[in-house]
Amino acid sequence: MGGILASIPGATAQGLIWGVMALGVYVTYKLLDIADLTVDSSLCTGGATSAMLILAGFHPIVSLLFAALAGMAAGLVTGFLHTRLRIPAILAGILTQLGLYSINLRIMGKSSVALLRQPVVISLGNIPMALAIGFLVIVAVIAVLYWFFGTELGCAIRATGNNRKMVRAQGVNTDSMKIIGLVLSNGLVGFAGGFLAQYQGSANVNMGRGAIVIGLASVIIGEVVFGARFNFAYQLSSIVAGSVIYQIVIAFVLQLGLSTEDMKLFSAVTVALALSIPTLQKKFTKTKIAPVAAGKE
Amino acid sequence: MLELKNIYKVFNPGTINEKKAIQNLNFTLNDGDFVTVIGGNGAGKSTMLNLIAGVYSVDQGSILIDGENVTKKPEYKRAAYLGRVFQDPMMGTAGNMGIEENLAMAYRRGKSRGLRWGISNAERALYREKLKMLDLGLENRMTNKVRLLSGGQRQALTLLMATLQQPKLLLLDEHTAALDPKTAQKVLDITDRIVSENHLSTLMVTHNMKDAIRYGNRLIMMNEGNIIFDVSGEEKKNLHVSDLLKRFEDISSDRMLLA
Repeated sequence: MGGILASIPGATAQGLIWGVMALGVYVTYKLLDIADLTVDSSLCTGGATSAMLILAGFHPIVSLLFAALAGMAAGLVTGFLHTRLRIPAILAGILTQLGLYSINLRIMGKSSVALLRQPVVISLGNIPMALAIGFLVIVAVIAVLYWFFGTELGCAIRATGNNRKMVRAQGVNTDSMKIIGLVLSNGLVGFAGGFLAQYQGSANVNMGRGAIVIGLASVIIGEVVFGARFNFAYQLSSIVAGSVIYQIVIAFVLQLGLSTEDMKLFSAVTVALALSIPTLQKKFTKTKIAPVAAGKE
Repeated sequence: MLELKNIYKVFNPGTINEKKAIQNLNFTLNDGDFVTVIGGNGAGKSTMLNLIAGVYSVDQGSILIDGENVTKKPEYKRAAYLGRVFQDPMMGTAGNMGIEENLAMAYRRGKSRGLRWGISNAERALYREKLKMLDLGLENRMTNKVRLLSGGQRQALTLLMATLQQPKLLLLDEHTAALDPKTAQKVLDITDRIVSENHLSTLMVTHNMKDAIRYGNRLIMMNEGNIIFDVSGEEKKNLHVSDLLKRFEDISSDRMLLA
């Protein structure tokens, strides 16, 4: 039991870092209604970019900016494939993801790089500091997203995820909105990748595998636990809280003896169950009226 | 205001499902005309509206709005000139967004959208006033999500959105067909009021022949992708449903003879 409690601060810090990524997933999955699989690779692209720049002597903060830019470039490719070449969104994301795998290896020159004794902004070597910085970054990211999705452009993007026909009838190019959303989302994911690489002191080509699932888990846990209500800032915060809960649960089951090899299976089953909650609720609660079905806000 | 010149549109060309939707259609709509459009299923009414709006591109011919050739312009650019209301009440509004957010989207039709705040307090006052004129109580529910509204309320809101920025042309595609008779009547009354107050050039597709006669100053009947009957003014006012029915029958019997 003591071991579990001791692991909570570290899991929380990790949850904050993954929370940035989860916010990126939220932008595409919830606001734009696109399941974007680019993130499984763009997370690593961000991590690799940040790690290599730090090793080349760049300031870790500067490296994070480039990590975000690298992620944005990945989002742009997916956006181009989807909107200009009319490839279905899910396939466009898979194609970018696959291509990025090679690019990520090229960036690093090998399958993983370590950041031993390098300057970093956040590290698991100092958990209290990591918590403070993770928290500040999350607050900043939520503030920026809250502002952006309240602007004219942000409203048009939200409406695009809701009713594309209406948006075109109001004179907005829905293709451009999708591209902006994908770029923004993967920018956040790339940033999170750089952040994560610095935190764990290494980047490796598999660091983003299953990232989309972790992102979805955070979004769903956030909505189920805190409810999709109140204002937009509350909803964004609940996703980060969902991410923290997810990491704590993972730490918990690892402590209980689940082997790391079985982690991905555990994650997949958990998210599959969470995604099916709305359907199951409808099936088994015929008599009482279900609260606004989770995930359908 | 609107000119359609020698328009052709074929769906699924070269396949077993080939459908010649519009064939050599020519039509001119004058400034301020309120035209009702009737015709059987597959006559090309909705296709004509969708071609004007740019949902589909024409195979041949040209479309001019207020003298400007828009044939090659994509749907979202033509939107600057057009107000549109669809048959499906879900189509015209974003259900997960508030009433005022939907209006703010419509208020910026034809304008560039940047990083200014998506809705201002001055706008809210304007929306409140406009919503009050609908007389549906929506002015007190401005932050409610649109999905909470009934079909009729959504259509009335869509109508308001379509005309918030005065369009050069208002396109109504059977916008009351999915509503119950009482609600349909109310939405039609609102339509008529908005159109006449703003002197809007309007094309209204309807399946209700009584409405087609009662509203507007001109009526066209379509069949097999073309206009087969076009009346306006006194002649239109004196029309009876039986006259229109007879014309429908004539078409059908022609078809029988051809078969």
